[in-house]
Amino acid sequence: MKYLADIGGYGIMIVEVFKKPTKWRIMKTLILKEIDELIYGSLGILIFISFFIGAVVSIQTAMNLTSDFIPKNLIGFATRQSIILEFAPTFCSIIMAGKVGSFITSSIGTMRVTEQIDALEVMGVNALNYLVFPKIIAMMMYPFIIAIAMYVGIFGGWFAGVFGGFITSADFVEGVTMDFIPFHVTYSFIKTFVFAFLLATIPSYHGFYMKGGALEVGKASTTSFVWTSIIIVITNYVLTQLLLT
Amino acid sequence: MIEVNNIHKSFGDAHILKGISTVFETGKTNLIIGQSGSGKTVLLKCLLGLFSPEEGSIVYDGQKYSELSSKDQRNLRQDMGMVFQGSALFDGMTVAGNVMFPLEMFTKLAKSEMEDRVNIVLKRVNLVDADHKYPSEISGGMQKRVAIARAIVMNPQYLFCDEPNSGLDPKTAIIIDNLIKEITEEYNITTVINTHDMNSVMEIGEKIIFLKDGLKEWEGTKHEIFKTDNQAVTSFVYSSELFKKVRQMYLEERN
Repeated sequence: MKYLADIGGYGIMIVEVFKKPTKWRIMKTLILKEIDELIYGSLGILIFISFFIGAVVSIQTAMNLTSDFIPKNLIGFATRQSIILEFAPTFCSIIMAGKVGSFITSSIGTMRVTEQIDALEVMGVNALNYLVFPKIIAMMMYPFIIAIAMYVGIFGGWFAGVFGGFITSADFVEGVTMDFIPFHVTYSFIKTFVFAFLLATIPSYHGFYMKGGALEVGKASTTSFVWTSIIIVITNYVLTQLLLT
Repeated sequence: MIEVNNIHKSFGDAHILKGISTVFETGKTNLIIGQSGSGKTVLLKCLLGLFSPEEGSIVYDGQKYSELSSKDQRNLRQDMGMVFQGSALFDGMTVAGNVMFPLEMFTKLAKSEMEDRVNIVLKRVNLVDADHKYPSEISGGMQKRVAIARAIVMNPQYLFCDEPNSGLDPKTAIIIDNLIKEITEEYNITTVINTHDMNSVMEIGEKIIFLKDGLKEWEGTKHEIFKTDNQAVTSFVYSSELFKKVRQMYLEERN
């Protein structure tokens, strides 16, 4: 019953977010601030993780190529496919659920606990529009960092493959460009846009409607991470079924 | 003036306000007192329009809130200033930013005009030098003064304060109480203060409403509270030996 109430509450929140918009002059500043905190602030960790994920995928693929009949360029091919189809959009989104999601929940939750949200409402400000809308717009920039994560991941694969002595640079590049299907990138970016929306709104819901004190802010952040991850994984399955089959 | 007519408010099975009627007068500091759980905060949130009463009405200078369109309700809310118990200042904004916030949201003033208005109200609450500081960099008393400055920057007709001097030392609490009283008279606004603090009652209680179990048990002035025989009021207000002695001295003086 609680889950149904939460789903209903989440839907109502989404509708409210788009009502009674804040002045553009103020909203513009809020969006830029959120882009800085949510997107630019996540760039470093995503580049770091993507590089090493690409490297590991490359090494593991190389270690499994035990037959001489399988061409070495398969390492580049497998790295590209894994990074573009799954690791960059989905794995990075799970990381973002932890980093950005818990930040959103705790910052909005703290505003709730310290009556700052009540202060906005008393003034006649649509607190949901003021707090959540800029986050949604900022997260629409998320596909840009995922594109960078894709490049860095494949570069990490090349680096580990070539400098680990598993493959030559030419073979890796040949594998990366082999049988390339442009729709796979489109599919990946469609997923990323959907995940971006979920990453901005689910943690906001958990922060905005939380009750209690500082301890509950911590609990809400954990719950938010768990639910954002679960919804991302389920959505990933549904979108893959719809778009790739 | 705010007229409260027989308002009822429940949350699930809990009937919090059980038919409260009173008048909060303009230019006076109106205090709501009562034990925890008596319904003070719920009444204040009903006055602010954050809760809708199931029965009864709240009338702001002739405008019945429940009969206003949502646009008029929003406009009326812009005539309300609120000082929260914990100040509720926006952490990411400076003192000046916090005070300027309502002006930026609801007016079309030029930046320089807004800055002038902010300087006037900061000067009024003696905080001119702290304008560039963040809420975490100033004391609790200063935070309360910023909250008062933010509440009055739009020239409100109604000022609501929830426990304005909780967590403050006695000297700072008196400064805040007197500041609210002076502002009420100066701007001729209707001020409603929710408090537990008996010092505030004695200092600035021009009209006092005592709530008990969701009902208005007593109302009167700070002078009348000394003379009342109401058992619920006396056991709450004069629960400390100090206030018992103050009352005794007051009554002896009058006799």
